[in-house]
Amino acid sequence: MPGITREEVAHLARLARLELKSEELDHFAGQLDDIIGAVARVSEVADQDVPPTSHPLPLTNVMRADEVRPSLTPEQALSGAPAQEQQRFKVPQILGED
Amino acid sequence: MADTVIIKLTAAETAEKIASGELTAVEVTEAHLARIEATDEKVHAFLHVDREGALAQARAVDAKRERGEKLGPLAGVPLALKDIFTTVGIPTTVGSKMLEGWIPPYDATLTRRLKEADVVILGKTNMDEFAMGSSTENSAYGPTGNPWDLTRIPGGSGGGSAAALAAFQAPLAIGTDTGGSIRQPAAVTATVGVKPTYGSVSRYGMVAFSSSLDQGGPCARTVLDAALLHEVIAGHDPMDSTSIDAPVPPVVEAARNGSVAGMRVGVVKQFAGEGYQAGVVQRFNESVELLKELGAEIVELDCPSFDLAMAAYYLIAPSEASSNLARFDGLRYGLRVGDDGTLSAEDVTALTREAGFGDEVKRRIILGTYALSSGYYDAYYGSAQKVRTLISKDFEKSFEQVDVIVSPTTPTTAFPIGERTDDPLAMYLADLCTIPTNLAGNSAMSLPCGLAPEDGLPVGLQIIAPAMKDDRLYKVGAAVEAAFTARWGHPLLEEAPSL
Amino acid sequence: MTVTELLSYEDALASYDPVMGLEVHVELGTKTKMFCGCSTELGAEPNSQTCPVCLGMPGALPVVNAIGVESAIKIGLALNCEIAEWCRFARKNYFYPDMPKNFQTSQYDEPIAFNGFLDVQLEDGEIFRVEIERAHMEEDTGKSLHVGGATGRIHGASHSLLDYNRAGIPLIEIVTKPIEGAGERAPEVAKAYVAELREVIKALGVSEARMDKGQMRCDVNLSLRPNGTEKFGTRSETKNVNSLRSVERAARFEIQRHAAVLSSGGTIIQETRHFHEEDGSTTAGRIKDNAEDYRYFPEPDLVPVAPARDWVEELRATLPEMPRVRRNRLREEWGVSEHDMQSILNAGAVDSIVATVEAGADSAAARKWWMGELARNANEQGVSVDELPITPAQVARVAALVAEGSLNDKLARQVIEGVLAGEGTPDEVVEKRGLKVVSDEGALGAAVDEAIAGNAGIADKIRGGKIAAVGALVGAVMKTTRGQADAARVKELILERLGVSE
Ligand SMILES: [Mg+2]
Ligand SMILES: [Zn+2]
Repeated sequence: MPGITREEVAHLARLARLELKSEELDHFAGQLDDIIGAVARVSEVADQDVPPTSHPLPLTNVMRADEVRPSLTPEQALSGAPAQEQQRFKVPQILGED
Repeated sequence: MADTVIIKLTAAETAEKIASGELTAVEVTEAHLARIEATDEKVHAFLHVDREGALAQARAVDAKRERGEKLGPLAGVPLALKDIFTTVGIPTTVGSKMLEGWIPPYDATLTRRLKEADVVILGKTNMDEFAMGSSTENSAYGPTGNPWDLTRIPGGSGGGSAAALAAFQAPLAIGTDTGGSIRQPAAVTATVGVKPTYGSVSRYGMVAFSSSLDQGGPCARTVLDAALLHEVIAGHDPMDSTSIDAPVPPVVEAARNGSVAGMRVGVVKQFAGEGYQAGVVQRFNESVELLKELGAEIVELDCPSFDLAMAAYYLIAPSEASSNLARFDGLRYGLRVGDDGTLSAEDVTALTREAGFGDEVKRRIILGTYALSSGYYDAYYGSAQKVRTLISKDFEKSFEQVDVIVSPTTPTTAFPIGERTDDPLAMYLADLCTIPTNLAGNSAMSLPCGLAPEDGLPVGLQIIAPAMKDDRLYKVGAAVEAAFTARWGHPLLEEAPSL
Repeated sequence: MTVTELLSYEDALASYDPVMGLEVHVELGTKTKMFCGCSTELGAEPNSQTCPVCLGMPGALPVVNAIGVESAIKIGLALNCEIAEWCRFARKNYFYPDMPKNFQTSQYDEPIAFNGFLDVQLEDGEIFRVEIERAHMEEDTGKSLHVGGATGRIHGASHSLLDYNRAGIPLIEIVTKPIEGAGERAPEVAKAYVAELREVIKALGVSEARMDKGQMRCDVNLSLRPNGTEKFGTRSETKNVNSLRSVERAARFEIQRHAAVLSSGGTIIQETRHFHEEDGSTTAGRIKDNAEDYRYFPEPDLVPVAPARDWVEELRATLPEMPRVRRNRLREEWGVSEHDMQSILNAGAVDSIVATVEAGADSAAARKWWMGELARNANEQGVSVDELPITPAQVARVAALVAEGSLNDKLARQVIEGVLAGEGTPDEVVEKRGLKVVSDEGALGAAVDEAIAGNAGIADKIRGGKIAAVGALVGAVMKTTRGQADAARVKELILERLGVSE
């Protein structure tokens, strides 16, 4: 298994939207390299013909009826908002694509 | 009755005395609030004490009794709630700066059940941030001390709940167990903690760490108290798709009729060896001897996949966490950092997450992001899910031969605060024995089995049962507890130094 | 703004072969959201239809809407898909402020429906088979309002305001396999496919599928390859093309744009593009590089969906007549040509005409109004006819007023205009605007006499046998009655007065 570099940590931090400081990148790169080294052992079973378990319970088809339940009031919905305007969540300018 | 007597009562005794009128719920609540006031500066078990809410609930219970209305089985009994469950009107921080001051507009199902059972919620207890940790040192609000030795960790992530019990601040507490966060704190504080079968206690309103592993459960000072609480919080919840729609196993009945006679008890050879403290092994072996004396048959078990449990856990839990914690972006609730009118939402989110999350949380988010990223998914996340299958199979095979499995709960006793904070791998070892159960989804309990001779600190015995056979934990646990208490002449907690 | 180079459509097709992929998102018409009990009713106050689940609050958990699953299966069956025996939801992880959890609960490698097809009929009656890759369940995002910039655009905005009422509304995403072999008809195929899909969705009753309301949204993926080659070219992904006409225009524009780039030796960049209604152009959006990594994994808060086979067969048995079959039946019942039926479909008028007939109009009259006045109106506004603010019952009422002689065609058009303008029901418009055929024979007779007297020369010509000249006198009468006379009756009266017969 490959180790993990500072650049990879920086890339992962971008994906995870974490503005890591330079010293954190170094710190985490070292620690994560150790951790990944330790957990990479799971790949010992990669070739084994066992089904993956994503869930500890064999439940299926848990569904609810299409019936309206009371929503929060807009005041409750917005009660924790760092900023609001016109009964909407106010967020800084979005750089995104749309 | 004197406060010093009230706080030492069990939950069962307290409930009985309130029901009979010997004590009022207000008296009981006040005694515990006073105890918290007197000791929590040292212990720091609580992040938030809801004095007014607790007294109001206590008064409501007393009024109900006066009116002759039927009381719940734990009516008026105080409880310390891990700060991971949402509570209307009471801050819920999950031990993180990210949610400092957040007051949820909704109650967790578990919170609602406690209220409906007339339990008195004293406040919210300290925990490792987002339940990531084994020592409560990862709390953004400072560590909790172990009442046995305030310089040592009370376990984690539910160290606050366990410490509150051991410090006699509350007879009941709630924890959550993703990799051992109920059982490991119970072990190092000489209290009782149960991780119920996955899906038996609703996760609705329990802030998610790792969805497929997280499970709320009861913490108490006795097996019977844990059972009484178990019965209140367990049961089907239509708000949680992973909730089991089946009757709760008869845990209270089992706790009242402890016995191991004729039972087959398994000992897994993988739960031993390097890293296990001598005193822990000694107390565990004595426990096995005790079980034999009580009429159990001991069976040696081989579960080779358990050796990979830790590795699988440290891929699955961080992966799910990286996704579960994405919602903390500074836009809808909680902390927002850097919004100076010029920065973009993207930047503000990145700065908020940088400032709001602690080291361990960031570490796991990055680890999980890595394990799920394209090119690594199959080798890491995919393989971990296969290990999970193998572990379930090992348990299945084992439970064909035995009724329950026993092991030490943790490889060592409580370590000093600060000892492992810079060594995540060493920290992760604390959950060596508890993790397989989370991966497979079955149930387990930790209860005290003595003090390690070398450091005089509590050792926990873990009992593991198949899924939805949680009652076996209580049957065995009650028998062990009775035998040990008889041998010691008192509950182990009596030996803890006074605060 | 740079001008996009385009090659003429003919030149583009002379050298290149287009390959398309169409991704359509349909908002289901369930009462509640996909994973919580919040109402999906449109037009509510901002953030009044939200709860801990659809706001992504800490601790909240999803529970699947059974009708959401049922609708997905119905769509799958109608598109001739296989229905998964066992499938799961997955999390698609990416950060975006309109998505409260910062992951979309969707399906990844285990869609509920897969491997189907939809036959679509082109303008000339030819059937083209569009292969369906998959149809899967997911959830919609919230809506952002960009403040401080020009006309609510994201660029230049100082901040944005988020309303999560739409967040969590069930979506079915329907993805085609690469559409090959359409050649120059690719844009037409794209439009016909979306139109037919819309008919299917409406027939199933799982959504109103109104593109103008965003209930149905289309992404057009397009690439070119040199004629005679196999390997696909690099594609562009034109997002949110939200009318049938735009689907055709977007495909056409991209064919011309790609061809211009390729023929001048350039390379196409894989990117998303934005479609502009005003001029039918597309402009570059985000470049799709490798940084995009959605880290899909099975949603641990939900359990697998394993539709029982007998349930699937039950649903199959309740599927309505498919739109194309129905259209062929209606074509025969109405006695119209394939071509006319195709025009009716393209105008999105099939259901409206059927409903108008059901409301009592005869089919010729229903077709006349929907395909005439109303189709023209819809076209002007860039919507389909059923999106106009007039109901089939109202059109049937107009037809009835014409049939009973209360209105002539000209007046009827004014009534329709009034209804569309929001002036009320047909009867209210007639009342308010005073639109009634003058049927009072006395008044009409006076107007006829006046016209004859004022146009003696023309009257003489008619008396002399030049009957065609009667039109001028009819016109004069219509003018004095402000159009409110029945022209046929006026002509009769004039000829009667002048003592001539046709
Ligand atoms: Mg999609
Ligand atoms: Zn909702």
